[in-house]
Amino acid sequence: MRFDNIIIGGGLSGLIAAVVSQRAGKKTAIISAGQSALHFWSGSFEFLGNIDGNMVIDHPLMEAERLPDSHPYKKIGIPHTAELLSKVAPLLQEAGIKVKGSLERNHYRLTPMGFLKPAWLTLDEYFMADHPSQIEGKKYAIVNIAGYIDFYPNFLRNGLDKHGASCTISAIDIPQLAPLRKSTTEMRATNMSRFLRNDAVDSLAKEINMASRGADEAIVPAVLGMFSDEPVRRLRNQIDRPVNFIATTPASVPGVRCQLSLRDYFIRLGGTFIPGDTVKKGVFDGQRLKRVYTVNFGDMPIEADNFVICTGSFFGHGLIANIDRIYEPIFGLDLNETGDRTKWYDKDFFSPQPYMGTGVTTDSEFRPSLNGHTIENLYATGALLAGFNALKEGSGAGITLATALHAASKICS
Amino acid sequence: MDLQQQNISDNNFESCIKCTICTVYCPVTAVNPDYPGPKQAGPDGERYRLKKPFFYDEALKYCLNCKRCEVACPNNVKIGDIIQAARIKYSSHKPSLRDTMLANTDFMGSMATAMAPIVNFTLGLKPVKLILDKVMKIDNHRTFPKYSSEKFETWFRKEAAEKQEGYARKVSYFHGCYVNYNFPQLGKDLVKVLNALGIGVRLLNGEKCCGVAKIANRCIDEATRDGRQNLKAIREAVERGDDVVATSSTCCFTLRDEYPHLLKLDNHDVRDHIELATRLIYRLIDNGDVKIVFRNDYHKRVAYHVPCHMEKLGWTIYSTSLLKMIPGLEFIHLDSHCCGIAGTYGFKKENYEYSQGIGEPLFRQIKESGCDFVACDCETCKWQIEMSAGVSVLNPVSVLADAIDVEKTMLANSSPS
Repeated sequence: MRFDNIIIGGGLSGLIAAVVSQRAGKKTAIISAGQSALHFWSGSFEFLGNIDGNMVIDHPLMEAERLPDSHPYKKIGIPHTAELLSKVAPLLQEAGIKVKGSLERNHYRLTPMGFLKPAWLTLDEYFMADHPSQIEGKKYAIVNIAGYIDFYPNFLRNGLDKHGASCTISAIDIPQLAPLRKSTTEMRATNMSRFLRNDAVDSLAKEINMASRGADEAIVPAVLGMFSDEPVRRLRNQIDRPVNFIATTPASVPGVRCQLSLRDYFIRLGGTFIPGDTVKKGVFDGQRLKRVYTVNFGDMPIEADNFVICTGSFFGHGLIANIDRIYEPIFGLDLNETGDRTKWYDKDFFSPQPYMGTGVTTDSEFRPSLNGHTIENLYATGALLAGFNALKEGSGAGITLATALHAASKICS
Repeated sequence: MDLQQQNISDNNFESCIKCTICTVYCPVTAVNPDYPGPKQAGPDGERYRLKKPFFYDEALKYCLNCKRCEVACPNNVKIGDIIQAARIKYSSHKPSLRDTMLANTDFMGSMATAMAPIVNFTLGLKPVKLILDKVMKIDNHRTFPKYSSEKFETWFRKEAAEKQEGYARKVSYFHGCYVNYNFPQLGKDLVKVLNALGIGVRLLNGEKCCGVAKIANRCIDEATRDGRQNLKAIREAVERGDDVVATSSTCCFTLRDEYPHLLKLDNHDVRDHIELATRLIYRLIDNGDVKIVFRNDYHKRVAYHVPCHMEKLGWTIYSTSLLKMIPGLEFIHLDSHCCGIAGTYGFKKENYEYSQGIGEPLFRQIKESGCDFVACDCETCKWQIEMSAGVSVLNPVSVLADAIDVEKTMLANSSPS
């Protein structure tokens, strides 16, 4: 079985690289072990949110120049990174995902805990502010669904009040959610989203209208629209004021929607999505990867001209940590130096953790190596890469997307 | 110091990070709020059950055993297996007469084929269906597959067996209950296609039902007994040099994976010799070992449905690739979505509404596709789609049999390559 390009890993990085590849007319396959971290998506993508302990709002591209040369953004080059990332919003739009924001200046998103944090792109339906001053003097109605515990109105109120807003908190109910209340465990975002469709959305709109009377904006948990954004649009059309959503604890309903939208877009373009399978090993010819074997395909390998590995970090099993070593499980790719186990972490939980910077080392083209020898037709992208702490920098999505688009341009030429 | 390097819990349940992604993709959770969802029914509940069997929830019976939770799991937890193993181990409900009858396909099939015309006529009568509904709780909306007057094995021994000996290369065919008792045509189609490719077909010695229905209905002793018999027959076939092919994705999956996981039958020596016919045919064509030539007057618009167990096997691409090789075939890939029947599950009155609710988006997509027919490797999906979407369903092997130009194919395979 042959493809032009094979993408190992079906998360954000893999999906974007695969879409670009398939759109360029290359026969592309994605092999994905399980559903991805997009299922926990906050609704925002970050480019650079924090540098040297300071929040980045203005001129994120200029601030990014201060990153070390080994950082993925610097390896690609900041101007080229900006050019690649400018393609993201239109690409997501084609897949049916509407995002707002700009690389010129970060905006603020409102976290479930009530904090304003910088973001580059945010899903259209989520709460956004260009500046905290926009919040001052505003009246928000924070409306929860009765019995839903994965949403924290008090935290949100505290956070918004700090910036000069005034908030009311209320909880509403609609009869269409009654079946869920039969069990104590069923009031969960993804379960609720299945019931919040069609006439249930209309009932919800009526209740939210009443509960938010007198307010400038309504704030609601993101529990609508797991498979399409139609319920969100339907709800917003019936409410007399702007309605904005806040992320809930997992799983993320818009996150599932984003994953499925990208996957389905890839398939519509003619791509092959192979779910529930894991690449076990690769066969090389000198410095070229010729074919890979997967668990399900057994003794029938798949060949390709180029491969992209975007298997994630520890969460996605792109990297595995044992008692005594960290390794990349598919090919045994070279990682950066980690030292012994005691060097992997800082005992202070909130300090930057060294293991966050662990990952696969690559050449200037983002090609990884085996025992010091670069693999000519394999590209590594996303969280798998070494050389950055996405959590502290607020750079995870930007790196994932920039390296994916960079790899895609290589495998399409 | 001897450090535990790898996770050794049964079915990997300790690897569960409680992310709940499995529950997002569970077809039952979408329609039945009484079902706790795969996370809670599976690895989450297992922690409680290991402490005290009292925590077993009978609602686990709503699990379809579709394994879509396992396909979605980022951590390789065998969620479906955990749930089925718990049902086997902890449920106090004995299988009812209805469950035993539905599960004993060999017995029911043998009885029914002996009197097929009468059985088929009777099972179609409304009053009979109402009685089955009231007495046995088999939903009266359900249509039954027709029984054949002649078993596939009978036909094969009479009409095909002798000719097969002439082929240098042979495979053994695990036909399953559906082909044997209801639809021998599919078996005939397989023989036609494989013979045209220059491959002979043999029966297994003493094949029994794969047992998937027995496992689902908790007739475990019977399933294990039949499983041992099947493995014995399969080992015999492998020893004489045959690989074993199936045309049913569920039979194939059961023989390979459910036997070791749920029945504790060790099959590691033969597991890799059991595959779907479409995988075998694809491999032979892809390697250049055989050539296949299709009729140029074959024009059909075909929608392919992914059976749940096919998605779990990960072999959809072999069936779809073969269909796409047919020049006149306009191929539509339906969204991978459970049809809802889950074998005997959809016949039961208490499940019928959920069964239909689960499949509803699929039926809609099929009706809107304007296809001539649906192609699908699972026979119970076939019953469900034919009943609920009103479109006929063919196994990909039957599509190949219809589209193949036998003479040209035989010619292409007889000349030295």
